[in-house]
Amino acid sequence: MGLQAMTYFVVGLTFAIYIGIAVWARAGSTSEFYSAGGNVGPVVNGMAIGADWMSAASFISMAGLIANMGYGGGLFLMGWTGGYVLLAMLLAPYLRKFGKYTVPSFMSSRYYSSGAATVGVLCLLAASLTYIIGQMTGVGVAFSRFLGVSNTMGVYIGMGIVFLYAVFGGMKGITYTQVAQYCVLISAYTVPAIFISMQLTGNPLPQLGLGSNFVGTDMSLLGKLDMVVTDLGFGKYTTQVPGSLLNMFVYTLSLMIGTAGLPHVIMRFFTVATVKDARYSAGWALIFIALLYTAAPAVAAMARLNLHATVNTAVMQDGGDLFAAENSIVYESRPDWMKRWEVTGLLKFKDLNGDGRIQYYNAKSKDADFLAKAEAAGWKGSELSVNRDIMVLANPEIAMLPNWVIALVAAGGLAAALSTAAGLLLAISSAISHDLFKGIWFRDMSETQELLAGKIAMAVSIVGAGYLGLNPPGFAAGTVAIAFGLAASSIFPCLMMGIFSRTMNKEGAIAGMLGGIGVTMLYVFAHKGLFFIKGTEFLGLFGGKANFFFGISPNAFGAIGAIVNFGVAFAVKNMTPPVPEDIAQMVEDVRIPRGSKAVDGAH
Amino acid sequence: MTENSSIAYWKDTLALIRNMLIIWFVVSYGCGILFASALNNISLGGYPLGFWFAQQGSIYVFIILIFVYAKKMGKIDEKYDVHED
Repeated sequence: MGLQAMTYFVVGLTFAIYIGIAVWARAGSTSEFYSAGGNVGPVVNGMAIGADWMSAASFISMAGLIANMGYGGGLFLMGWTGGYVLLAMLLAPYLRKFGKYTVPSFMSSRYYSSGAATVGVLCLLAASLTYIIGQMTGVGVAFSRFLGVSNTMGVYIGMGIVFLYAVFGGMKGITYTQVAQYCVLISAYTVPAIFISMQLTGNPLPQLGLGSNFVGTDMSLLGKLDMVVTDLGFGKYTTQVPGSLLNMFVYTLSLMIGTAGLPHVIMRFFTVATVKDARYSAGWALIFIALLYTAAPAVAAMARLNLHATVNTAVMQDGGDLFAAENSIVYESRPDWMKRWEVTGLLKFKDLNGDGRIQYYNAKSKDADFLAKAEAAGWKGSELSVNRDIMVLANPEIAMLPNWVIALVAAGGLAAALSTAAGLLLAISSAISHDLFKGIWFRDMSETQELLAGKIAMAVSIVGAGYLGLNPPGFAAGTVAIAFGLAASSIFPCLMMGIFSRTMNKEGAIAGMLGGIGVTMLYVFAHKGLFFIKGTEFLGLFGGKANFFFGISPNAFGAIGAIVNFGVAFAVKNMTPPVPEDIAQMVEDVRIPRGSKAVDGAH
Repeated sequence: MTENSSIAYWKDTLALIRNMLIIWFVVSYGCGILFASALNNISLGGYPLGFWFAQQGSIYVFIILIFVYAKKMGKIDEKYDVHED
């Protein structure tokens, strides 16, 4: 079977499974639609959280990011896993005990006002919509690269599939498709990683391979990589830091707090039967996530080394001279996978010095010695531009793995994007149907009407997300990181204070959320333009220098927003009427597991 | 649940969370970021230790922390008789 046919076969098979599950797991009640009936086991829920959580960004882009960033890429690895510790200890068990379908309904009761719920819904929509743009573009990109259909067609197919299982199945359909999607995406990620680790280190476990010796030498793989990249003028792999150490610290913190504050993840904890299960399912979720997250740094380093070895044969020679003319490969005799990926535009070659060979190095290096050597070798600039996504997507081809593995990677990328999109869509539509419609606007809705409203809200959200995926705002690539900033600065502090402070009142919580998300948006928009519209940046107001706040980048600013949120909330609380006695009692109740009941929709 | 035991329960809970979060902070922000360059002088197999904490070790510790927390929290629940069923 040819590669194209094989890809259609594998992707088609996985889609048939998802649709089959959708038919089997139709949601017949609001309880099934919002919380899958509330009796999902902790291991199954952990697996569903894994798929819900690991998006196209985790699957396709993260290893490439780490390959470029080296050590500093650890901020994504720690940031996107450490949040589960916060979630398990600070939020999940207590929100499960509270026992309502959505995150804003906790805010509505705990802060005794529809005002708090409305602000909560707005923050939720801001974070989730920003996040879903990246998923829908990811679906389009994955389809167009692997199945040879247009980007637009890819988004339409993706919308159709999500529509089938999310609208009819609600949380119940999503839960069980996510379990299937987890299995697809994790095997698609680990199979190539195992093969490549075997080839480069002889150790089948990528997590150990990364710390092993490079085959046939007594030099460690990382030591070899460090040597190659520094010889080519790049930063040292195992120590290079993005911006400053402070920026890395704050960025990691933003991703952790943001992870714990993302509503589509929090909601998954409402599907388990008990508080105890909520605690354990956070642990299971992290195990399933760690399978990918601990393999990713190995994929990153090995793909980077493979790439350098492909274009410069000196990398594989003992004491080879990287600058010797004959060691840069001749463009005409480049491997087939490079030809294939050049077609997609993700890999580009430009023969700057006209020698017909590929020189790939860091032409922007500040090292005068290195630049002198490059100059002496007749190098006139780096001739290869490599899109970071290639590190995962082309991995099986670089390692010369069979077609079924390449097809599996396609199915895995689609599973990652679709599962996260479905989770986000459920968070968005339930905030609309349950918190706005049932909670605020039409309080006397019947259950049947609410279920219908939920399905319609879901359908409308899918169309809206598809539109944004097809017409992404100018700055789509960086939006996923910004979603974490928005969640970190608004939702996480509000929920945490609702549980850990008996005295936090509605005025404090509302002012805190508005202050936190406001200052974060201000900082992001100052750098990237109002609502990401190019040309509306207003850095000039703040002295015109990028990252003006202690060198912190806009993507990393969520942690500062969260601190503002806490500060504003406590300041305002002290100036406004105290929290009513029954609310303080409610906080007491939320803190103990005894008396937990199935989640419901009562307001 | 009496007033006193409810206060004691919450005190124990907060102490457990505090201890867990101290470890959480030390492995990620401490070993993985602030002290990473010092730890890099030590090797763990082919890994420089600071690099290992940032890209592998902290994740393993996070998993252990959540399960230890869940187990100890269950014990605290039973001690104060507030567990489910």
